[in-house]
Amino acid sequence: MENYILKVENICKSFSTVEVLHSLSFNVRYGEILGIIGENGAGKSTMMKILTGIYLKSSGDIIFEEQKIDLKKPVDAKKIGLSIIPQEFNLIKDLTVCDNIFLGSELRKNRLLDKELMKKKTKEMLKVLEVDISPDEKIENLSGAEKQMVEISKALAFKSKILIMDEPTSVLTINEIKILFRLMKKLQKEGLTIIYISHKLKEVKEICDRVMILRDGYFVTEKKIDEITLEQMAESMVGRELSQVFPKKNKPSDEIIFDVKGLTVPGVIENISFALRKGEVLGLGGLVGAGRTEVSEAIMGLRPVSEGEIMVKNRLVSIKKPADAIKAEIGYLSEDRQGSGIITSFSVIHNITLVSLPSYSNNTVNWIDQNAELESGKKYQKLFNLKAPSLKTHLEFLSGGNQQKVSMAKTLDTKPDVLILDEPTRGIDVSSKQEIYRFINSLVREGISCIFISSEMEELIGMCNRVVVMQDGKVTGILEDKDINEEEIMFYATGIREGGN
Amino acid sequence: MLVLILISSFLSPYFLKFQNLVNILRQVSYTGIIALGMTFVIIGGGIDLSVGSMTAFVGAVVVLLMNSLNTVIENEVIVIIIGIATGIMVGTLVGAFNGFMITKGKIAPFIVTLGSMAIFRSLTLYIGNAGEIRSSNILYGEFGMESFMRIPVPVWVMLILAAVLNLVLNNTRYGRYICAVGSNQNVARFSAINVSFVRFFSYTLNGILVALSSILLASRFNAVSTSNMGLGFELDVIAAVIVGGTTLTGGRGTVWGTICGAVMLGVINNMMNMVGVSPYLQGTVKGIVILGAVYIQRQKQ
Repeated sequence: MENYILKVENICKSFSTVEVLHSLSFNVRYGEILGIIGENGAGKSTMMKILTGIYLKSSGDIIFEEQKIDLKKPVDAKKIGLSIIPQEFNLIKDLTVCDNIFLGSELRKNRLLDKELMKKKTKEMLKVLEVDISPDEKIENLSGAEKQMVEISKALAFKSKILIMDEPTSVLTINEIKILFRLMKKLQKEGLTIIYISHKLKEVKEICDRVMILRDGYFVTEKKIDEITLEQMAESMVGRELSQVFPKKNKPSDEIIFDVKGLTVPGVIENISFALRKGEVLGLGGLVGAGRTEVSEAIMGLRPVSEGEIMVKNRLVSIKKPADAIKAEIGYLSEDRQGSGIITSFSVIHNITLVSLPSYSNNTVNWIDQNAELESGKKYQKLFNLKAPSLKTHLEFLSGGNQQKVSMAKTLDTKPDVLILDEPTRGIDVSSKQEIYRFINSLVREGISCIFISSEMEELIGMCNRVVVMQDGKVTGILEDKDINEEEIMFYATGIREGGN
Repeated sequence: MLVLILISSFLSPYFLKFQNLVNILRQVSYTGIIALGMTFVIIGGGIDLSVGSMTAFVGAVVVLLMNSLNTVIENEVIVIIIGIATGIMVGTLVGAFNGFMITKGKIAPFIVTLGSMAIFRSLTLYIGNAGEIRSSNILYGEFGMESFMRIPVPVWVMLILAAVLNLVLNNTRYGRYICAVGSNQNVARFSAINVSFVRFFSYTLNGILVALSSILLASRFNAVSTSNMGLGFELDVIAAVIVGGTTLTGGRGTVWGTICGAVMLGVINNMMNMVGVSPYLQGTVKGIVILGAVYIQRQKQ
């Protein structure tokens, strides 16, 4: 019989009447890195929330080190040594690194905070992790990777035995991921058990010892990592064979529909020029911080532009606020879904019509035609294969992929000619991604033009007719057809090469 | 609510008498009308502390204006019409002032309305010499006591306004926008909603409702006490909104909930008077009820 640190037996979880986890059982061995993969809504996060006491299980048992445990609140989990690093960072940005690490478990001397000791311990911990951050640094001044390290330190400060990492690499650069993986290996050697949740199959293959696959709240399979290929993982996740990921590219017409000349936002972007043809997918590539999102925000009137002009269908338009951009038939899907894309306390329908509301209330008293709203809701539900209990369900109860579909529907409902999609597939699963790719493709075939921002090279290569590469707020190159490949994009994105066309 | 009414009717046989019920409604109608405006302000993520001072200020202006017009114009009806119109205009401007300072001046609503609370009370005291301003218009005083189908005018006004504003909140673009702004200002901005205007308008609307309430209240006594009128209204009004289920962080709330909240507080007041609870202790009971109501709501979520 093998020795398990954690045994999960027949866990079920229901929200009101809907069961989302169906009698899930699995074991975790001492000192392993267990990968858990599955699409959005497969139940990974729900399971982890149960393990960390955020949700209560409906039935089933959790056995930790041979003892049945009952987790009622997050503190219970922390006490026995189960920590989680959530997908969204849980740090207070105005406090220092040291304050955050000891938040909730401050060390005291004579009833007062023992700041010196905490600082010393923080320094030691950061040294173990081999990161160069001062304990006095404020969180808001740290990069994504550094914040991650602080989260890890925080978990370790609680003397964790199992560390759960939920999509830890989604905000990290390639280099930062390498550092994180090195650290994970090191922690594993020191005896820590890690549960690693991800969408990125390559990373799971690289770092994990074993992988477990969930689908729709059911356990699908569990394999040693060298006994399963990437393709098999992907297929078990979606439950069918994946056909070609990207659809065939559309051939755009020669008509220029959208033209940006010399767009400048002082200190942010400089002299940005590019043209978009009818039916084209134009990629905006570059590293994080290259200014791609800022370009789209400037186009949408969300940032004050000092210079430059925007032509839509050969007409000069003046965009001072988002409403002007909507009027010029430009639609924008924000990269920050929770922060600026959707309202989680609004229903599906109300989110979809949030931007296009004037067209549903085109009368003197601005009375909303709720039947028309409902019709649109149904239309998009079908179009996007939206999985929601009802169109009146609040978005906080939907999975990330479904939220993203609602966000897309919202952008499309203004019937734009030009669509700016900022990281439309961030944080969503393979099959939702594929649906979105196909959808974008069908839009450009109908004559809509699309500006496509992505940090994933494969997407840019698979989807775009041309790619504008940016570095440091400037356009460094525009790639076309066969020139669109990983190397070329990297050359321009890192500034090794410039001015190509 | 139902429980409360049951307890009340058990404690005092007079409670369910028609006259008593009408009295409760009349008492809550003045703060109730303002609470309707406050509902919009709070749903939009704001707060308005100046409603009490604004009530006194509008009332004082209206009565002073009518008194001086009475000496020039014979017809009392015309004087009243001018007075009411001016009152509503003053209320609109005062509310707009708050809204302007908050949206254009970018000062926190709490601070702005704390300031205007002091300003308008002091202006009221100044123009009324800190005393009572009696109205010389007899008809105006009668108008405030009037009933229609045995139900007092201010109650009608409150109910009609509630019905209209309920539709505004649930069925019009503005209603949707104020919820969006209160839920997540950033999403609203990205969604091409004019966030500043939506918030500005909620304060202006609140000002108009304050003016209506003030006009009705002044006519009930046919006088304005510059130091006492509207004193402590802000607390009663905010309490009614919160007890009515609107979240103080904004984003959600209902108009009828606010009316229920206001009536509930009125019933508690009435009951305590009937049972003979010391007036000094009534605040404590009220406070406990408010905390209890909000606690129950939280548990439900």
